[in-house]
Amino acid sequence: MSKPAPLTKSRYFPAILGLGSFAAFVLVVEFLVYADVLNRFIVPPPSEVLAAFPRVIMQEHVLSRFVLTASEALAASVLVTIFGIAGGVLLYQFNLLRLATETWVAAVAAAPLVLMYPLYLVIFGRNATTIVMMGFTAGLAPIILKTLEGLVGTRRVLINVGKSFNLTRSQQFWKILFPAALPTIFVGMRLGLIFALINIVGVEYLINFGGLGQLINELAERFDLAGTYAAICFVILVSIIVFMLTERLERWLRPAG
Amino acid sequence: MAVVAMPTGRDSVPAARAAEPILTVDGIVKRFETPDGVLTAVDDVSLSVLPGEFFSVIGPSGCGKSTLFNIIGGLLDGYDGSVRVAGELVHGPHPSIGMIFQEESTFPWRSVIDNIAFPLEIAGLPKTERYDRARHFVALVGLDGFERRFPAELSGGMRQRVSMARTLAAQPKIMLMDEPFAALDEQTRLLLGDKVLQIQQELKQTTLLITHNITEAVQLSDRIMVMTYRPGKVKRIVDIDLPRPRTSEIVSSEAFGRYVAQIWNDLREEATRGMHDDESRKRRGAPS
Ligand SMILES: Nc1ncnc2c1ncn2[C@@H]1O[C@H](COP(=O)(O)OP(=O)(O)O)[C@@H](O)[C@H]1O
Ligand SMILES: [Mg+2]
Repeated sequence: MSKPAPLTKSRYFPAILGLGSFAAFVLVVEFLVYADVLNRFIVPPPSEVLAAFPRVIMQEHVLSRFVLTASEALAASVLVTIFGIAGGVLLYQFNLLRLATETWVAAVAAAPLVLMYPLYLVIFGRNATTIVMMGFTAGLAPIILKTLEGLVGTRRVLINVGKSFNLTRSQQFWKILFPAALPTIFVGMRLGLIFALINIVGVEYLINFGGLGQLINELAERFDLAGTYAAICFVILVSIIVFMLTERLERWLRPAG
Repeated sequence: MAVVAMPTGRDSVPAARAAEPILTVDGIVKRFETPDGVLTAVDDVSLSVLPGEFFSVIGPSGCGKSTLFNIIGGLLDGYDGSVRVAGELVHGPHPSIGMIFQEESTFPWRSVIDNIAFPLEIAGLPKTERYDRARHFVALVGLDGFERRFPAELSGGMRQRVSMARTLAAQPKIMLMDEPFAALDEQTRLLLGDKVLQIQQELKQTTLLITHNITEAVQLSDRIMVMTYRPGKVKRIVDIDLPRPRTSEIVSSEAFGRYVAQIWNDLREEATRGMHDDESRKRRGAPS
């Protein structure tokens, strides 16, 4: 006779636990707002945020804004991945270049790049290109650095295995260095994509253009807090989608370990 | 057990009748520049190995064994002397020479079968053919049923067998093994020793093994080269005249004990020097 497996052993348990915790958190906030512990003009009760969804969707065209922000994020992600990995590989291949630039690539990673938006406005104009380029700029450095770190950290013995099998330079790179560095490269991609997304929404907000950032700006200025939070939920949705895509990509490129 | 017939140059003459050595190493000297000055790691080492022979190199750690193997395998250059395979001078990695390393060297991103098929993939074999061949080597090292597993799911001994099969799949004429069992526990080590011996006899695979385990060396080898400590010279080459096939049971025989004692005698002196050297360097605060 087989007993039904306990819930905690289930494959879905982590997801259920996560969602359950989130629901509990929402209920606690709701309660705290009604108990006047939290000020409802700063934190609207979650039930109102929920109620604001239809309004935000119908009247504020949140879906088309969502599509705009998501495509900006996607474009920036693709750019930042290609150029970031290529940059890391370049620094790995040319030691002089690496010694000359590694420090200031690290410095750029720590700089508040969002403050560069006026310059980008002058160069690209007040449009989606500026926003994509701001996201690209913000996400580039961590991917370069992590790609470099992953390549440098490849175990000596794996490189020797490749040499002993007489691999060409390009085989050595594609068959050994790159797959060995992939987990670290993906850490860099996660960081880079977070930076890119923050900057994309931030610049939309600042230059009052197009996507979800602009909507948040408008709703906040109208003191429509419930609507603001509802719009923020869509920003989170964009980041969830971006992350699911990177996870897929990682599992496809490197099925184990 | 019959070996699947494969296009290889390995159906060679048994060791006893073959006059021509397959590997000749002549007057190898390798020096390293270190902060403490020039270190002669390998000093005038010459040896020759016959086809099908099992040749072991033993010596205290730091005596230059790995350096010697890396030179033979073409991973190091900037040395004096020469390495010849079947009379032909070699420089750099050579397809006739396969290497197995001490450290864990499987590719964690490839399954067992894809690890083992790696050299065949590099050689450009079509997919079905390389899997067919790889499966033969999976069976040879006794990993049937684990083809689709990844290295992270295997034990250390199994991973070392994957590395071994991967090197064998390239069908090298000469296999260099640098302390392949060093990271394993004693039981695994003994069983794997048996496995290596069985495979070596089956394939008549010319094998060079580095070890610092005397019992292991005597159990496996036709000849054992004892090296001195700093500079790494050839101290003695001992013929092991024990009947084959050998299994780990041979360890308890009297003749076996005599060989072990003889080699330990040679080795003790060197090991003692190595230990003193190490201690005095530690006292001076220099890294070893
Ligand atoms: N790349 C290197 N640079 C400087 N010294 C080295 C290098 N490789 C090995 N050595 C030194 O050469 C000596 C022999 O090393 P190795 O061949 O690894 O010894 P073994 O394998 O016998 O333990 C050691 O003293 C080691 O420190
Ligand atoms: Mg060594």
